[in-house]
Amino acid sequence: MDNNNNDSSFSKLIFRIISSIDLVLIVTLILLLSLGSITLFSASGENMKMMNTHTIHLILATSVMLIASQVSSETLNRWSIWIYTIGLIVLILVLIQGTMGKGAQRWLELGSLRFQPSEVMKLAVPMMVASYLSNKNLPPSFKEIFIASILVVIPMLLIAQQPDLGTALLVATAGFSIIYFAGIPWKWLFAALTAVAVAVPLVFKYGMHEYQQQRVLTFLNPELDRLGSGYHIFQSTIAIGSGGIHGKGWLNGDQSRLDFLPERHTDFIFAVFGEEFGLLGNMILFSLYIFIIWRGLYLATKGHDSFARLLGGSLSLTFFIYLFVNTGMVSGILPVVGVPLPLISYGGTSMITLMAAFGLLMGLRRRKRKGYNS
Amino acid sequence: MAIKDNTEKTERSEYRLFRARAYVAAGLVFLAMLAVFFRLINLQVQQYEHFTELSRENYLKRIPIPPVRGLIYDRNGVLLADNHIEYVLEAKEDDVDDMPAMLRSLMQLLPISLQEIKKFKQKMRVNSRFQPVVLRKNLTEQEIATFSANRFRFPGFKVSVRMERTYPLGSVAGHLLGYVGRIDKRDLKKLDKKEYKGTTHIGKSGIEKQYENRLHGKAGYEVIEVDAHGKPQRKVSEQAPIAGEDLFLSIDLDLQIKAEELLKDYNGAAVAIDPRNGDVLAMASMPSFDPNLFVNGISYANYNALRDNPDRPLYNRAIQGAYPPGSTIKPMAALSGLNAGVVSPTSTVNGKGFFQIPGNKHRFRCWKKSGHGHISLNRAIYQSCDVYFYDLAFRMGINRYAKAMNKFGFGKKTGIDLPHERSALMPTKEWKRKRYDKFWYPGDTVNTGIGQGFFTATPMQLAFATATLANRGRKIKPHLLWATRASRNLPEKLVSTVKLPSIGVTKLRYWDDVIRGMVNVVHGAGGTARRSGAGAKYRFAGKTGTAQVFGIAQNKKYNASKLKKKLHDHALFVAFAPVESPKIALALIAENGGGGSKVAAPIARQLLDTYLLSKEDKDLLKKKQAAVAEKAENKAIKTKKRRKAKNENGRR
Repeated sequence: MDNNNNDSSFSKLIFRIISSIDLVLIVTLILLLSLGSITLFSASGENMKMMNTHTIHLILATSVMLIASQVSSETLNRWSIWIYTIGLIVLILVLIQGTMGKGAQRWLELGSLRFQPSEVMKLAVPMMVASYLSNKNLPPSFKEIFIASILVVIPMLLIAQQPDLGTALLVATAGFSIIYFAGIPWKWLFAALTAVAVAVPLVFKYGMHEYQQQRVLTFLNPELDRLGSGYHIFQSTIAIGSGGIHGKGWLNGDQSRLDFLPERHTDFIFAVFGEEFGLLGNMILFSLYIFIIWRGLYLATKGHDSFARLLGGSLSLTFFIYLFVNTGMVSGILPVVGVPLPLISYGGTSMITLMAAFGLLMGLRRRKRKGYNS
Repeated sequence: MAIKDNTEKTERSEYRLFRARAYVAAGLVFLAMLAVFFRLINLQVQQYEHFTELSRENYLKRIPIPPVRGLIYDRNGVLLADNHIEYVLEAKEDDVDDMPAMLRSLMQLLPISLQEIKKFKQKMRVNSRFQPVVLRKNLTEQEIATFSANRFRFPGFKVSVRMERTYPLGSVAGHLLGYVGRIDKRDLKKLDKKEYKGTTHIGKSGIEKQYENRLHGKAGYEVIEVDAHGKPQRKVSEQAPIAGEDLFLSIDLDLQIKAEELLKDYNGAAVAIDPRNGDVLAMASMPSFDPNLFVNGISYANYNALRDNPDRPLYNRAIQGAYPPGSTIKPMAALSGLNAGVVSPTSTVNGKGFFQIPGNKHRFRCWKKSGHGHISLNRAIYQSCDVYFYDLAFRMGINRYAKAMNKFGFGKKTGIDLPHERSALMPTKEWKRKRYDKFWYPGDTVNTGIGQGFFTATPMQLAFATATLANRGRKIKPHLLWATRASRNLPEKLVSTVKLPSIGVTKLRYWDDVIRGMVNVVHGAGGTARRSGAGAKYRFAGKTGTAQVFGIAQNKKYNASKLKKKLHDHALFVAFAPVESPKIALALIAENGGGGSKVAAPIARQLLDTYLLSKEDKDLLKKKQAAVAEKAENKAIKTKKRRKAKNENGRR
């Protein structure tokens, strides 16, 4: 890129970016982000400071997406092992820092920057597994699946130790969905699911913190404990239910406006949306989400090699798990697990990770710039 | 480890494999989101109303506004029960940041006692954080001014107005007014919870209880929006309360006070009724009590004193005291006998001092040992011949007699508008069998003829029967509620009188005969209460009664001086006046007072004077009485002097 004309090099850069991104996906994402921002304005109690921060998050996340979209899948494939390894090391560091401190420790503080390393693993784990399996003949052998599973389970357990059940779940989904897309035989898949079903009660009893157990129990019967741990679900179902078909109108959600809804701008923002925009709003929201997931899967099939396809499929499915777990939790059909509503809940880290994932998705079609030269 | 063979073929098969998996994934995504969407339909469509209700319950709070309790006046507009406005200092726990520090500085500013602080803290613990708790009651103007000037130093504390029920006349008419008290668990079970949400007090006895519904009014409320922390955000709607009705009682306070004054040396009761309309003009029961004691919870000491007082001040003798009515029922008995044809105005009985049932040796004695000789109805009434009425009752038979007396209201509640009225007892054969599982003896009947034996009546019943007599059989239900007023600006509405079926005495002259006998009691030369009738400015009819409290053995004599006060006879009197057009009928009893003519009749006369005489007459009367008293005093002094002189002379 040895252009002597600044102007033309800039326009070339713009052209390169535009040609590499997927406009259909971008437009849908912009629609969703706009809807999210409107909802957040209401959920934050019209808090301008929070909206400013949110705007910064949006700009940052979009930039990261654009940058990520420029990375070719070959490069990504090569980087996978390094990102994964560094990620693991940082997770262990965080854990050590956590045992020295008190309680939950999810953040790594680098000067004034607070950084959640488990977030990176949402991308690093599927990249690693995809990189490993795409090097093999697909469908993979039992041994390969086993090794791939180990690659998923280690970071998952580390994250669960923090303890962050939501992220652990998402990392596991991201990793295991690669194995699914790689073509694990159905009967093995069902066998694995059965094993999980058997393991769940055991994990509940021996592998969970008390507050996590409480969340599960509350989920089973939220009405039992309206003022305690069932309070969240009780209030969020009231919010959604009282929204009705048409909703109470923007900024008019009584449940959120009067502070009855806890964590209303983060994990429970879906209740605010449901209360203010009603069933019709939910229909539009779900359509946007499903369209994005569909577009993600579509882009994945367009990936030029196995690595690209596997990674693309996994990122799309992870996005779906975000959506499903969050909306299921807020509407009271799934247990309370700390998973945000993707691209709408307030929070920079998850926003950046998700947008980065979409950037990567868009870049999967790209081959390495062989002879890409003017 | 198998090395990947990057052939075109594997590439294509891997692509196909992925595409198949992606389709399945897409299908799963769609199904899962459909499941969530169904849940949303369930919440937002099927359960919409349920959740709307829950949401409203969350943020809408109904704050009750209690109504102002109606006032109670006498018939002339004298205030009997008032709402006293008092200023209190109160605070909500939630609004005060540093309670201990604030209490300390408040104590320096106002004369708040440690006990008040202790009480305040106790209530704080029990009440919710958002409920105001009173720190100090009855603030003086000075204290309000001091606090207001320093208000900024005490965020969360405020002075507010409260209403407290007071009875300005204290114990006057205490029984009939009754009192309000704090709502307790028993009240809570009965009352309309919505109406009483903001109300602290409820009528517990007397008129306050009887007319609780009218006095209470209708509660208002304010709907406010609160946030999750209970902080009020804005007022959504308001419904103003409707104050309770003001009540005007038929009581004439002058007469009431006079009755209480005259009875104060006795335990007793007096009831006066206007026979024309059933208005109860006075209802005294002595000793009385001060209802103010009960308003904010009576102290144990005060309550025990009232409860354990042998004179039983809490008991409303006028409607709850079942006394043997004695001779006061003779006029009614006479009418019953006349109507039944057992006696006639001209028939006579030989009053030889005692009555004997044929074939029985027991002597039912007359109060006059020597007997009245051959005696007719008229004289039997004004001389109160017992034998005549023994004979009358005996010949009528108990069931016929009881039925006739029931018509006068004996043995039945009069239906006076007060709680806990007693029906006393007009005995019958059936009653005795049920109550004691014993046969009725003819002697039992004989005793009821002179208002003794099992026969009891309340002063209220006696007054009612007398009023009926004055009306010549026209019965009007006695009542205390005279008029009501919905608000101060509206005119009073008179309460209509309730007429009861009249007594079926067919011959009008029977009434005249009996009433003539009663007039002779006070105005006739041989009347038992002729001294009380002397000098009256109007003609009245009366009947004395002296009821035995215990039985005297056949051969013994009643001797008051040898008996304990508790066993002295009850003194009774019934009367109505003026005879020509009765305006007042009354009955009174002085427990253990002795004789009806000596004790009860003079009191009755004074009450009639109080009610009937004009102001000038009363002034004149007072002067006369004063003159008489002075004369008596002078006489006494003179006698003393004389005696002294005599003594001195004697010594010399």
